Amino acid sequence: MGIKVVKTGNEAFAEGMRQINPDVVAAYPITPQTEIVQIFSQFVADGRVKTEFIQVESEHSAMSACIGASCAGARAMTGTSSQGLAYMWEMLYIASGLRLPIIMAVVNRALSSPINIHCDHSDTFGARDSGWIQIYSENVQETYDNLIQGVRIAEHPEVRLPCMIMTDGFILSHCLETMEMLTDEEVREFVGEPPERGNLIKAVVENKPITIGALDLQDYYFEHKRQQAEGMKNALKVIPEVGKEFGDKFGRYYGMVENYKLDDADIGVVVIGSTAGTAKEAVDKLRSRGIKAGLLKIRVFRPLPVVDIKESLKNLKVVGVMDRVEGMNAFCGPLYSEICACLYELEKRPILTNFVYGLGGRDVKVEDIELIFNELLRVLEKGVKEYTLKYIGVRE
Amino acid sequence: MREVFEIRWHGRGGQGAKTAALLFGDACLATGKYIQAFPEYGPERMGAPVTSFNRISSKPIRIHSGIENPDIVVVLDFTLIQQVNVCEGLDEKNGILLINTPKTPNEIREKIGFKGKIFTVDASKIAMETIGRNIPNTPMMGALVKVTKILTLEELLQDTRKKLEVKFRNRPEIIEGNLKAIERAYYEVKGD
Repeated sequence: MGIKVVKTGNEAFAEGMRQINPDVVAAYPITPQTEIVQIFSQFVADGRVKTEFIQVESEHSAMSACIGASCAGARAMTGTSSQGLAYMWEMLYIASGLRLPIIMAVVNRALSSPINIHCDHSDTFGARDSGWIQIYSENVQETYDNLIQGVRIAEHPEVRLPCMIMTDGFILSHCLETMEMLTDEEVREFVGEPPERGNLIKAVVENKPITIGALDLQDYYFEHKRQQAEGMKNALKVIPEVGKEFGDKFGRYYGMVENYKLDDADIGVVVIGSTAGTAKEAVDKLRSRGIKAGLLKIRVFRPLPVVDIKESLKNLKVVGVMDRVEGMNAFCGPLYSEICACLYELEKRPILTNFVYGLGGRDVKVEDIELIFNELLRVLEKGVKEYTLKYIGVRE
Repeated sequence: MREVFEIRWHGRGGQGAKTAALLFGDACLATGKYIQAFPEYGPERMGAPVTSFNRISSKPIRIHSGIENPDIVVVLDFTLIQQVNVCEGLDEKNGILLINTPKTPNEIREKIGFKGKIFTVDASKIAMETIGRNIPNTPMMGALVKVTKILTLEELLQDTRKKLEVKFRNRPEIIEGNLKAIERAYYEVKGD
């Protein structure tokens, strides 16, 4: 079994990568992800991994190198943040379209401009339609556990899609926390050897040439995209399976979402990332006052766990959806619109409101979440909402 | 001890305020406590005022927000009190202020008017005499455990020895110097 240690989010990512021991890592440093590259390249220099570490001149090249390596059959990993992810953009779609199970550690950081190095989710939310699986983490432990599970999910023969694992910039990436680390053997056994898939090296060895990334016009493009969509659909089944297997082996179970005190709740918030922990404290405070409050944490955002979201929220009366992104659509945040879409088909729907918070690393305290719950309570009393979107913790 | 203990460290860039929070958090792990240690990231310049934080708890820590009302403030550099309000958010009744200075708690109280508990220790002098350099963060950990009783002196010494033995295997004088510094600060810290 694992041992209790203290690690920062970045250290947890780097240690997880060392234990996974991928064939290739190609990465470019960017705040707040820099330490991952720094620590991992030390592991390479010290001979603690067999990984070929490719020093690249940009994130676009990092993703390109991972794509090339993955096409050749290698287990490839990278990591980035913010502008780095934005710079990878076109290559993200190529990785997923080619069905390459690349793993990327993302440390969430706001996008410029104005320039900012702190946490919000605008970088990875922008990549939500890129065909990558997206798994978010509440704390350092989950950052580590999610990375290890990500390998199994991405490489599953019925999924075969790239996967990004998220941790909140600075809030988790630079926060030393108590966590349980598995042994190297446990991780290696869990991730195992990658399942066989068509690749360039195999093609050469077997003398059966293949073409990768061929022109695909009106005749077959649609069919290939349809197949890719099926991979994402299959991930809905595979992610909880892997989460259960992880739990059976190591004692920490993972599903698509986490319900916190929702069973008898009247009001609740939907939240992603490190704020979920802070919000659980707020829920407990409200519960101690006799208010039936609860929380839904979205662990997996891609694929979107529609059934879990419907099931979790169907009996609530008022729900506040918390977006750490401004949608810039003059209406609402992106998580809000997706939660709306999930709940629309319910006959009896909760009243939904949207709260945008924490942009550019603005601190989110228990009191801020209590303020959100007070807003929800007001809607509960009146039976109608007065607004769709409210900003939390901003000067206006 | 309370269920959750929140600490704020004040120092200047390069003095080891971040390292102190990390080391102290790490030392608490050995006693089965749950910890967080995180610096406040701003412009990182040598000599500029910096802060770092600890949460120490008997239960797993879920909160991921900054610390605004610490139970204790540790000041690594006495000159900061003219530049930064080190008492900000510190409770006037139960709050504890621990400062690296040759002055007495009474002299500090007269200077800054804080009504809570004040403790002082000349950690710079101790560091100079034991380690040979002005690195006040390890002795301040000794004073901190005396004042808060989060750990025992033996637990802190044991853990620090283990950590330093990894890093300074071939330089026993550094290990012994640091341990001596912790021990001296533990016994020399003064309250009023």
